[in-house]
Amino acid sequence: MKSLHITASALAIAALSAGAASARDQIQITGSSTVLPYATIVAEAFGENFDFPTPVVEGGGSGAGRKKMCEGVGENTVDIANSSSRISQSDIDLCTQNGVAEVMEVRIGYDGIVFASDVNGQEFAFTPADIYTALGKQVLKDGALVDNPNTSWDQVNAAFQPQDILVFVPGTKHGTREVFDTKVIIAGCEATGAMAAFAAANNGDEDKAEELCMDLRTDGRSVDIDGDYTETLARVDADKNGIGVFGLSFYQNNTDKLRVATMGGVVPSVDSIAKGEYPVSRPLYFYVKKAHLGVIPGLKEYVEFFVSDDMAGPDGPLAAYGLVSDPELAATQAAVAAETPMGPLN
Amino acid sequence: MTDIPATPVNPTRPVKSIYSGGAEMRRRNAAEARFRFYGLFAITLSLGVLAIMLWTIFSDGVSAFKQAKLTFPVTLAPEVLDPAGNRDRAEMTKVTTIGYGRVLAGAFRAELEARQISTEGVSDKEIAELISKDAPGVLRAEVLADTALVGTTQVMTVLASGRIDGYLKGRVTRATAERDAQISPAMLDLADRLQDAGILKTGFNLGFLTSPDASDQRPEAAGLGVAIIGSAYMMLLVIVICVPVGVAASIYLEEFAPKNRLTDIIEVNISNLAAVPSIVFGILGLAVFINFAKFPQSSPVVGALVLSLMTLPTIIIASRAAIRAVPPSIRDAALGVGASKMQTVFHHVLPLAAPGILTGTILGLASALGETAPLLLIGMVAFVDNYPAPPVEGFFDPATALPVQVYSWASRSDPAFIERSSGAIIVLLVFLVIMNVTAIILRRKFERRW
Repeated sequence: MKSLHITASALAIAALSAGAASARDQIQITGSSTVLPYATIVAEAFGENFDFPTPVVEGGGSGAGRKKMCEGVGENTVDIANSSSRISQSDIDLCTQNGVAEVMEVRIGYDGIVFASDVNGQEFAFTPADIYTALGKQVLKDGALVDNPNTSWDQVNAAFQPQDILVFVPGTKHGTREVFDTKVIIAGCEATGAMAAFAAANNGDEDKAEELCMDLRTDGRSVDIDGDYTETLARVDADKNGIGVFGLSFYQNNTDKLRVATMGGVVPSVDSIAKGEYPVSRPLYFYVKKAHLGVIPGLKEYVEFFVSDDMAGPDGPLAAYGLVSDPELAATQAAVAAETPMGPLN
Repeated sequence: MTDIPATPVNPTRPVKSIYSGGAEMRRRNAAEARFRFYGLFAITLSLGVLAIMLWTIFSDGVSAFKQAKLTFPVTLAPEVLDPAGNRDRAEMTKVTTIGYGRVLAGAFRAELEARQISTEGVSDKEIAELISKDAPGVLRAEVLADTALVGTTQVMTVLASGRIDGYLKGRVTRATAERDAQISPAMLDLADRLQDAGILKTGFNLGFLTSPDASDQRPEAAGLGVAIIGSAYMMLLVIVICVPVGVAASIYLEEFAPKNRLTDIIEVNISNLAAVPSIVFGILGLAVFINFAKFPQSSPVVGALVLSLMTLPTIIIASRAAIRAVPPSIRDAALGVGASKMQTVFHHVLPLAAPGILTGTILGLASALGETAPLLLIGMVAFVDNYPAPPVEGFFDPATALPVQVYSWASRSDPAFIERSSGAIIVLLVFLVIMNVTAIILRRKFERRW
């Protein structure tokens, strides 16, 4: 009985202090697992150098993060959503509907997507057309669309050594997949002429043709990875024929296990992406709930610190980790300082 | 009454010794031998799998408890750290970790020069990269805590970078260093010379148990401090919530509740709840505790409430079994000498059932300690760098948990986190073993058999 009393009173105290503790003093960030390592690097440095507590950073995916941000305004909602793809109109509508009127869009830099295989395997020099010919559900063969017959890389391109085709591509819930689809698959589809053939087969409907292009083969040679890059690495490690799709920063941390493939003759690096030579890259963003600026302590300082030259600049720690610094960083810094909310999507 | 006729034993059936045995006997014996073999095989298989699992975890993880550290004197130059020269903390905070990083790197280079250690083939920038990126932050916090340190020379022990640590542990070799942008074979040669000079040493890594998490760029600084505190807070709250509720529910159901349709339904539901996947409780926790009750995200209190929901059915089932195992004669005797039903339960039944209840509770807690899935949804799978405050307000501060830390380290890109992840599993296993052993000891000590 005594213990019952004690626990009851402990619970009562806990419930009472809930009110006192509700004023949140640390920033809450959620979203893309690609942006997560960059955000933790900044959060850690922010905690070290400012008298504010270190922000709490969660992963979970770009789409899920933006939805969480658009849940509403208030201390039990997140302040910032990291995103590896641009916010969509449906997210903006959801935000407006839930009273999140103004959102600041901050572009932090660019991220490259690389193809890499086991370090002891052959060297690949891909073009988007090679990837499409290897992975598309239907490819052009002798002028006709046929179900993909290729089983070995030398059938795709005579320059390659014979090796079973096996590619680990990011699953559809990843922001990375979008870039993979648009910059590699669709580009390859166009280059091989399959796009035109699809359009011709559908009375010139180009949207339909694009959709058909993005259909990947389902006979087990293209494997969707829904986990993160560590899973892709483990799969490549287990099957030496496998080729994985990774983020540039992940590859840079694992150069002892992976051999990177060139794309269109360009070796992926922070440099070649910054110059715009390497084709498969994408901007990374985070979205700030404007209503929380000035309410959550340190939020403005964090955002400014993130885009400062010390962090996101070409010599900063983010670039060292693999982020390609944004050449228009100064404009972003000015927009952040002025707290400019984002306009409608164009 | 007729006598049973004295029929002789069937003379046609041969008399057999059970030792020599016939065909049927051999068949039965063979069946038994086969069964024994299957049993032995099953046990060997599971022990083998367990051994492989433990071996992988320990071979990967034990090195997390050792850490390479650099020791060298650092002169805290006032012109860099306190440009205004008045030792005013507020003004000194303007010097960021970048400034402190330069001070550390400069001191390190000076020490190499003073000790005449050759730095051939290694640039100044690379020399600075031997020091962990965590070190400037530590130094800055120390200086700001005691501004009198400025101008003095302190012998500092700071972490070496993750790659150097990996080299001393055999993870990084000269072959991998050649392909690695973050380290070069020349830097490894320098590390060898530093080791000979006694500047670079490997020691026990207390920081692994006490430090908070660190970002991807400094795996060497990542520790379990926040996760251990978070797990401890949650377990404490789970006990506080589950034990009274679970014991009260099982006493009522066993001793007081009428046996009818309603209690049957409740009983079936409790058993079903015990089998509900834990992620479902996470979804419930997000909807009820965070979105409706407005509890803060990522806080141990929400985690504990969710885990309590998950653990309660286990505790109720175990407690009911323990209460049911107390013989009715005890109750009859108590009632017989005039005790009320309440007195019977609390003076006799409950003390006798206590060891069973305790064991069930500890086993329930152990499963709650290892749970990640529900915490994913309530924001506890996160990067949390600040320790939660002491109780009670600390229950509402963001924290992570041990299994969560295993999960988030396993998905980091730097290979050094694999070692940390396995190290965290070892810590988690140690806690689980302690809990299970406590359960066994308590049961042995207090259990009574009738």
